[in-house]
Amino acid sequence: MKITQISIFLENRKGRLYEVCSLLGKGGINIRALTIAETESFGVLRIVVDKPDEAVKLLKANSFVANITDVVAVEVSDKPGGLANVLKVLSENDVNVEYMYGFLEKAGDNAILVFRFEDTAHAQKILAANKINVVTSQNIKGL
Amino acid sequence: MIWNESVECADPKSLKQLQSQRLAKLVEYVHANCAVYRQMLDAAGVHPGDIKSIDDVKRLPFTEKTHMRDNYPTGLFSSQKDVVEIHVSSGTTGNPTVVGYTRDDIKLWSDVMARCLCCAGAEPGDTLQNAYGYGLFTGGLGLHYGALEMGLKVIPTSSGQTARQLKIMQDFKPRILSCTPSYSLFMAEEAKEMGIDPRSTSWEIGVFGAEPWSEQMRREIEEALNVLATDIYGLSEIIGPGVAQECTYKDGLHIFSDVFFPEIIDPQTGDEAKPGQVGELVITTLTKQAIPLIRYRTRDLVSINYEKCRCGRTSPRISKIRGRTDDMIIVRGINVFPSQIEHVLLSIDGTHPYYQLVVDRKARQLDELEVMVEVDEKIFSDEVKKLNDLREKIRKEIQAVLSISVKVTLVEPKTIERSMGKAVRVIDKRQK
Repeated sequence: MKITQISIFLENRKGRLYEVCSLLGKGGINIRALTIAETESFGVLRIVVDKPDEAVKLLKANSFVANITDVVAVEVSDKPGGLANVLKVLSENDVNVEYMYGFLEKAGDNAILVFRFEDTAHAQKILAANKINVVTSQNIKGL
Repeated sequence: MIWNESVECADPKSLKQLQSQRLAKLVEYVHANCAVYRQMLDAAGVHPGDIKSIDDVKRLPFTEKTHMRDNYPTGLFSSQKDVVEIHVSSGTTGNPTVVGYTRDDIKLWSDVMARCLCCAGAEPGDTLQNAYGYGLFTGGLGLHYGALEMGLKVIPTSSGQTARQLKIMQDFKPRILSCTPSYSLFMAEEAKEMGIDPRSTSWEIGVFGAEPWSEQMRREIEEALNVLATDIYGLSEIIGPGVAQECTYKDGLHIFSDVFFPEIIDPQTGDEAKPGQVGELVITTLTKQAIPLIRYRTRDLVSINYEKCRCGRTSPRISKIRGRTDDMIIVRGINVFPSQIEHVLLSIDGTHPYYQLVVDRKARQLDELEVMVEVDEKIFSDEVKKLNDLREKIRKEIQAVLSISVKVTLVEPKTIERSMGKAVRVIDKRQK
């Protein structure tokens, strides 16, 4: 099951991250996971939120460049070697990870990690075949 | 050799007589055949019979690029049924400009291009490698027609495919190369990488144009390729390449004033500029049929010299382009037009983003050119690598066009200053 990630282009300027978060906050949108990839002059903020459609609308209305990407939120056992076990399965099956980051909440005893795969469909097949749980967008709203 | 000696070396008096006859006929012709011009002439209070001498040209209204765009596609044509060829330029703002040629216009184009090639030192029997783009762009076909007219062997390599260009040069040993000046330097670099000494190429003469270039760039090209680098000037509205060309003395570009009558005006007032002064080049096409233009404002700033040239030609000489009446800037000796940056951005994924050029000069350092490009949804990606690749691609392509290093910065939308809704294209922070 894929979930929707929103990416936002940000210049490295004072207060820009605050402006995005404050905009989403006022819009009643809750951020569930977040990461920033940065370069010397700009960054890309990637977030998973409870109401992605509303969030994108709000961001665009406020002149942010934002797009959506399919990512997969994978449940990872929260103990030593938990992530390694998942990565082992992916690596053995030639699934390439573009980037990944952690969720703020846990799903029961499991940690949740967001994966951006090179080939999302293929990755989903491999995860399912190896009985690795993924989080649905419905679940995210409940987290 | 001089291709059309009777006009290129004509004495001023008989030239003026010819120009006068042609202008009278032209005004009569456009008045009878083009509704747009009829209205313009009527509004200016000019009747065809009033025009008796070339000096009367000053009574005629100016034609601007907007007249062509507003009357898209063929409203400014004076002949429709005899048109045998159509060229369409890229429209960076609004409608593209359309030009047409009758069979006689093609003959005219062939003749003036043959004059250009001879000016540069070509001799019948020489081989020309024509690396101007063939197609809607007038560069490729213009050179081609001229080469056929004067009896050159033409290899229509068109632009691009540099390795192949160099192989063809090695195998067919063309003496003349025609392309944009920046592409000639690019080929020199590629040659080096392929293990070919660029100074040992078969090219002896370069006919370089279609973009502004400096004397410094000429020295670079002549040094890199061991060629005589000559400048050709033209614009598709007038005919394409073939309006003016340097002879081997490289002391101004001979403008073929028997067919393209030049005036230099003050771009603000429209009045005639003082002799020798830089002003806007205005051209009247005296003999064209499909789309003759009266007092067309080229937006190019040049000066003009009416003295007879050492080569024997009496045709007046215009200087290299000194500037533009629009947004052009000069960075490290290179003329930079915002439209060049616009073309590069347009060629990358077909996007048309807002951009701005910022020129700065730190103490005792070279000028720096930074190109700010607003990121829009079409070019945005969640992957930083792709954005960096894009930035690098833009940087490389701009550098290939401008031949100077630039810094490209991606910025958020609406961060580039707009004035009256239009982006401010150039910010010059250099101390004057």
